Amino acid sequence: MTPDAETSTNVVEFVQLSKIYGKGDAEVRALDQVSFAIGTGEFVGIMGASGSGKSTAMNIIGCLDAPTSGHYLFHGVDVGGLDRDQHALLRRHYIGFVFQGFNLLAKTSALENVELPLVYRKVPAKERRQRALAALDSVGLSNRASHVPSELSGGQQQRVAIARALVTSPSLLLADEPTGNLDSRTKVEIMRLLVELNERRGITIAMVTHEPEMAEYVQRVLLFRDGHILREASPDALRSSTAPESRPTAP
Amino acid sequence: MILATLWMAVREILRNKLRSFLTMLGIVIGVSAVIALVNIGEGATAKVKSDIGKLGDNLLIVSPGAGRRSATYTPAPLFTVDDVAAVRREITGVEHIAPTAGAQQLVVWGNKNHQSGVTGTTNDYLAARGYQLARGREFLPTEQASGRAVCILGTTIKNELFGASDSLGSSIRVGKLSCLVIGELQSKGQSGMGQDQDDLVLMPLRTVQRRLIGDPGINAIFLSAKSAQITSAVERQLQALFRQRRRIPPGAEDDFSVRDMQEIAQAMSSATGTLTALLGAIAAVSLLVGGIGIMNIMLVNVTERTREIGIRLAIGALARDVLFQFLVEAVVLSTLGGLIGIAAGLGMSWSATRALDLPFLLQPEILLLAFGFSAFVGVLFGFLPARKAARLNPIEALRYE
Repeated sequence: MTPDAETSTNVVEFVQLSKIYGKGDAEVRALDQVSFAIGTGEFVGIMGASGSGKSTAMNIIGCLDAPTSGHYLFHGVDVGGLDRDQHALLRRHYIGFVFQGFNLLAKTSALENVELPLVYRKVPAKERRQRALAALDSVGLSNRASHVPSELSGGQQQRVAIARALVTSPSLLLADEPTGNLDSRTKVEIMRLLVELNERRGITIAMVTHEPEMAEYVQRVLLFRDGHILREASPDALRSSTAPESRPTAP
Repeated sequence: MILATLWMAVREILRNKLRSFLTMLGIVIGVSAVIALVNIGEGATAKVKSDIGKLGDNLLIVSPGAGRRSATYTPAPLFTVDDVAAVRREITGVEHIAPTAGAQQLVVWGNKNHQSGVTGTTNDYLAARGYQLARGREFLPTEQASGRAVCILGTTIKNELFGASDSLGSSIRVGKLSCLVIGELQSKGQSGMGQDQDDLVLMPLRTVQRRLIGDPGINAIFLSAKSAQITSAVERQLQALFRQRRRIPPGAEDDFSVRDMQEIAQAMSSATGTLTALLGAIAAVSLLVGGIGIMNIMLVNVTERTREIGIRLAIGALARDVLFQFLVEAVVLSTLGGLIGIAAGLGMSWSATRALDLPFLLQPEILLLAFGFSAFVGVLFGFLPARKAARLNPIEALRYE
């Protein structure tokens, strides 16, 4: 239960992993025998149309959901069969989340929102404050610490959310459509911030998105379709092929 | 962590003040009702007890006739001076002994008159029944021996006849007897049964027997035991002595009765105690209703904050962290309601006891009990909503709109 980053270069590894919802006729194979890996320090994009299985993959990577079969190795440790509380502890200590809808606590200041994960880690109040301020500073919002979400723009809210994800120094940052609710200028701003965090601080990032133009910021793309990985490619390769989702292909 | 959770709960409650207050209202009403009713009940009990105490501590009354236990009333012989001497000689543990003979008489002074109970007795009567002289003096031995016409007035009759002016040294007419006022009693107020204890005229026993009634009999003997613990022992001795002296065969009923004021006091206070318990039960029901109110709002709360719960779970809160958070919130709500209720209940009982002229008795244990009970209500009725929150699926909770 204590994954050690030293022993494996892969933060995330799926081995023949399947996730099946429902039973009998209603059975849906959200993920079907999927295998892939995300190495330490990578910035990976997880793409695909809705229903392609990318959200299911995201939930399993984030330890919010458990696979039906196969193995999910987190830092080389199989965590697929862990229970709810053990998953929560993994999230608490190793994973930071950024959501499409920001998901900040309303009527709660930016600083307190960022402090929240540290509360659950039982960090003393004083240290909590210092670390939260440092995290806000790293996303360029140290002057907005006392503002509540409704007083911040969408881009600023997403920065607070990123600060919240970073404050625990996670080994994996999961971003679920982080630019989905933002205008195009702010999108660029947020993507640049993520790239900077990845390059400067070496944070491993997995980002789910359905916007092809976001692919140019990531190092590698996992393209999902009907529960399979359609292809793994560098963004350049992806860009050169036209509209990959609509093209009829064999696995 | 506990402090942080507590702070979180307080903020959540302050965030929606009106709703929080309305949620608490049930508990507030329940707790204040408990506090007020129990306090007022205790005050009433204490008042009854002290009123009965005013009749005279450790007082025993021996009177002829079988008392209330007998179905048929048969006239029983009065006591005699010899009986009193025998009591004095043979009963241990008696502090004061006061034989009495009395009758209702018209008491006249100047153009005023008043019908009052005239009691012939000894100086011991004052101590046995707990009277004190306000002014003047007691009977002198010579006055008692010769049956002189002197009297001591209770407050009621003194005020009826003399008003504010001085009564000492005046000659009043009691029945057909002219009588010198030598003392005034301090007021004792009403008895627990609502009798005016100040409407009396005291005269030497012999004066009443010889010059007012013309009968040497003794109507009743008032005794006080040396301490409250031995009153029942003294009572048993008296019973045995009088059965012997009045030659009552074994198995036959007493033709006299020995009454104990403590018995009466206990009967009265257990009656008010029952009432207090009944009122307390009603109040407990209202606490229950208050608890259900809290549960209702907490359930709404959990639904409203589904997304928040999802966020917390996603960033690493355990199910029990979330459970704890909502439980603490419910408990803070209910104990806050409890505190407000305690304050309100104390306010109500204070003004009620003042209005009803009862003693205000602060009972710390009932305050603690009410506080503890409101916290318990919070735990009891907060648990279900908190568990509902803790069991939410984080994926679905995050998607909840």
